[in-house]
Amino acid sequence: MKTHVLLPASLTKPARQGLQHRLKRSVKLALQLGLALGLGATSLNACQVTPPVQRDQVIIFGKSKDAVTLDPADATDGESSAVLVNIFEPLLRFQRESTQVEPALAESWVISDDKLTWTFTLREGITFHDGTPLDSAAVKFNYDRQRDPENPWRFKGLFEYWHLFFASVDSVEAPDARTVVFRLNRADATFLTNLALFTMGISSPTAIQKYGEDYFKHPVGTGPYYLDKWIRNEKIQLKRYDAYWGEKPGVERLIFKPVPDNAVRLLELEVGAIDVLDGINPDDVPRIRKNPELELLTQPGLNVGYLAMNALKKPYGDQRVRLAINHAINKEALVKAFFADGTLGTTAKNPMPSTIWGYNDQISPHPYDPERARQLLAEAGLSKGFETVLWVMPIARPYMPQPQRIAEAIQADLKAVGITAKIVTYEWGTYLDKLSGGEHEMALMGWIGDNGDPDNFLYTLLDKSNTKIGSAANYAFYQSEAVHQLLVNAQQIYDQQERSRLYEQAQALIHADAPWVPLFHSTQMMATRKGVQGFFLHPVGEKRFHTIRWEQ
Amino acid sequence: MLHFLFRRLGLMAIILLCVSFIVFASVRMVPGDPAQLMLGERATEESLTRLREQLGLNRPFMVQYVAYLGRILTEGSLGDSIVTNNPVLSEIAQKFPATIELALAAMLIALLVGVSIGILAAVYRNSWLDNLSMVGALTGVSMPIFWLGLLLMTVFSAYLGWVPLSGRMSIISELEPVTHFYVIDSLLARDPYLLLDVLHHLILPACTLATVPTAIVARMTRASMLDVLDQDYIKTAHAKGVSKIGVVLHHGLRNAAIPITTIAGLQLGLLLSGAVLTETIFAWNGLGSYVVNAVNARDFPVVQGCVLIFAFTFVLVNLLVDLSYFVLDPRIRDKSA
Repeated sequence: MKTHVLLPASLTKPARQGLQHRLKRSVKLALQLGLALGLGATSLNACQVTPPVQRDQVIIFGKSKDAVTLDPADATDGESSAVLVNIFEPLLRFQRESTQVEPALAESWVISDDKLTWTFTLREGITFHDGTPLDSAAVKFNYDRQRDPENPWRFKGLFEYWHLFFASVDSVEAPDARTVVFRLNRADATFLTNLALFTMGISSPTAIQKYGEDYFKHPVGTGPYYLDKWIRNEKIQLKRYDAYWGEKPGVERLIFKPVPDNAVRLLELEVGAIDVLDGINPDDVPRIRKNPELELLTQPGLNVGYLAMNALKKPYGDQRVRLAINHAINKEALVKAFFADGTLGTTAKNPMPSTIWGYNDQISPHPYDPERARQLLAEAGLSKGFETVLWVMPIARPYMPQPQRIAEAIQADLKAVGITAKIVTYEWGTYLDKLSGGEHEMALMGWIGDNGDPDNFLYTLLDKSNTKIGSAANYAFYQSEAVHQLLVNAQQIYDQQERSRLYEQAQALIHADAPWVPLFHSTQMMATRKGVQGFFLHPVGEKRFHTIRWEQ
Repeated sequence: MLHFLFRRLGLMAIILLCVSFIVFASVRMVPGDPAQLMLGERATEESLTRLREQLGLNRPFMVQYVAYLGRILTEGSLGDSIVTNNPVLSEIAQKFPATIELALAAMLIALLVGVSIGILAAVYRNSWLDNLSMVGALTGVSMPIFWLGLLLMTVFSAYLGWVPLSGRMSIISELEPVTHFYVIDSLLARDPYLLLDVLHHLILPACTLATVPTAIVARMTRASMLDVLDQDYIKTAHAKGVSKIGVVLHHGLRNAAIPITTIAGLQLGLLLSGAVLTETIFAWNGLGSYVVNAVNARDFPVVQGCVLIFAFTFVLVNLLVDLSYFVLDPRIRDKSA
C-alpha cells in the first residue's frame, strides 16, 4: 500500500503540480533509502564498537530450544536442566566425569545403624543470590515443598522427580542451623545418588515466597551464576555470582541462545556467534572434525534403545521365539547405517550402558545368526514363521535417530527368517499410552537414564512390579520372580560392590530370558570453539559451566 | 462509505466468531492426551488427573468454549499460557511487534523492488529485460524459503560475513524493550549503535521473507500495467506530449494501482500471519515461532489466541486494502459518496 507514495495526491489537480509533488516525494524517498543503506553499510563493523561486555568474558551456548521452567524442583526436561545446574546446587553433586557423588552444599554426612536416618552437615557461610543465608531450615523448606501434598508453596508443581526417586523419605528435619536429617521408611540404596539430581537444587525460600506462582521465572539459588535476564525464546542470560563459595567461573556471563534449526546453529558455531553447540546432525560430524577452529566432544551416553517383545501377546510368551528374534536382527549393520558407522553409537548387549557401574561385561551377546533363528522358531512350532505388528515411535529420540528407517531394516531382517512384520506408528503421546496399556506386540522404545544407578534402568524397565496395565514402564511385560528378588534386594543394600554383584546376576538372567532385543547406546556429542576450556560432557547429561573459560 | 464500513465490521465479527469456534474445536481434536504430552513419558496418573483439572479439560466441550468466549468479551482476556503462566494477550503484545517489524521491512522491499521491476517489464515488454525479470519472478515464487534462507545465510553471513546469522540483535547487546519494536526501542534508548545493530539483523531475514511477495507484486504490476498502457487515454497523453516517465507513473501506475494494492495487501496479511519458516531459521523471536513452540508444547490457550490474532490481522488488512480503494480511485469514492 506504499505505492501511493509514488503517486500524485489527486488526478483532478493540474498534472504539473502533481508531477512536482511526486518528484519532491521521490527525492525524499531516495534520500531516506540512501540513508538507510548507508547506515546498513556502516553498521557492518559498527556493532562491535560498544559492546556492554568484553567478548572473552562471555560464553554463548547454542541449543535447540528454550528452557521450560527454571524452578529446579519441577523441571523434567534437558533444556531446563542445562540452565538449572549452573544456578542451583543440591546437597551432593556428581563428580566431574562419573556418576559417583561428592560434597556440594553438604560437607559431610553419616548414616544411622538401622540405615534409616541420614544426617547431613551443611557447609558454612553459603548465601543465596538474594543474600539470604543457606541453612537447614531452607533445605527443609525445599524438600517439604516437594514431599508434602498439603504444602502451601507447591503452586502448580508436579514434582515428578521427587515422587519417582524419594518415595522412601518420610520426613526432613532441621534440628539446628547446619544439620539436616532425613528419615526413611526403608533402606534405599540409591538415596545418596538421587540427592545429586539437578531437581534437588536448593532454592531460596525467601524468593519462593516472594514470587509465588511466578517463581519459575525468577529462580534464586546458590550456584556460580545467577539469572540476570530471561527473554523467552531469545536468550537466558546468567551472570557470575561473586559471593560463590566454590571456584569462581572464568567468565562474567553465560548466555543460552535457542536456535531451532540444526544447520543454522552449526553455522553460528563456525562463525563464532556461539561458542558451545548442542544438538548436532550426525551428517555434520565429519564437517566439525575437519574444521580446525572447532572441537568435537563425545562420550558414551546414559541411554539404551531397544525392541520390546510383549510377553502377554502370542507368540512372545515363548522364550525361544524371543531368542530367535535376537538372533535374527543384525545390530552391527544397524549401527553402521544409523550411527555413522559406530562413531555415534554402539551395539547393546545389556539393558544398560557400560558407563554404569554393575554392567555385566561377561555376557556375550546373542550373535546375528538367521540360521539359528529359524531353528529356534522351528523348535517353537513356528517353522512357517508368523505375522506380527512392529510399533515404531513417530519422532527421533537420542537412542533412536531414524525410527522409521530402523524399523524398516528390522522388518527386512525378520522377513529373512520368515516373520512378516507390519510397521505401525502413533502420535507420541498416544504411543506411550498404548505401550503402557500393553496393546503392542513388539515395539521400539528407549530410555535415558537419570542418576547413573543400575536400578534406574533395570528396576524401572524390567521389574515385574512395573507391569501394571495402564501405567507400565516394563513394556516387555517381563515378569521374572528371580530378577525381581535380585533387584529389590539391591535396592536395600548400601555396599556398592555387593549391589554390583546382584545387578550382574540380574543381567545374566535377563540375557537368558531375552525379553528385549537390546539394540544401541547412542553417544552424546557437543562441539565447542577451540579456545573454550574447562567444559566437559557429563554421563548424566549435566551441562555444567562452572569451570569454563577462554584460553588466555 | 460509512455503510460499507459498518457492514464490513459486522462481517469481521462473524468471521472471527467462526474462526474461534473452529480453532477451539480443532485444538481439542488433535490425537493424544494433552496432559500426557505436556508431562512426558514418565507422568503418573495422579499428576495427569491434576493437570486435566487445572486446564478444565475434564469439562464438556461446549462449556469450555462458552467460558472461553465469555472471558474474551467481558475481560478482554485470551486466557493464560499453560507453559509460562502469563496472560496470552500480553505475550502476543511482546512477540507480535517482532513479526510486524519483519513483515513491514519485507513488504517495503517487495514494493520498492517488485513495483519497479513490474513497471520496467511492462514498459519494455518482450525485451530481454522483461523476460529476465519474469523468469526471476517465477523463481522467486517457487523458491522454498527454508532453502533460500540457509543459502543466503551461508553466502552473506558465514562466507562473506556482511550480516549476522540470526536473532533480532547481537546476543550481548542490552536493550530494555518498551514497545518491543526493536527499531523503535533502540531509538528510544538513544543508542545509535543499538539501532544499527537492530537494522543490521533485520536485513537478511527481511530479504528472505520478501522474495515471494516481490515476485508476486512484480508479476501483478506488469500485468496490470500492460492492461493500462494499451488504453486510449495513454495514447492521448503521449500525443499531448507528456513525458514518457510522466505517462507511465501518472497515467499508468495510478490506474494500475488497485490490483497491485489488492495483491500487496493480501501478501502483507500472509507475511504477518505466516512468517513461521523465516522466523524459525533466523531464530526471530516473533509470533510465528511463538505459535510453533506453543503447538509443540500443546499450549492450547496460546495456539487459540494466536490463530485468532492471525485471523483478525488478516481480516483487518483486507479491510484497510478495501478502504484504500476510496483513496486511490476517485470513481469508487464518488460512487459511494
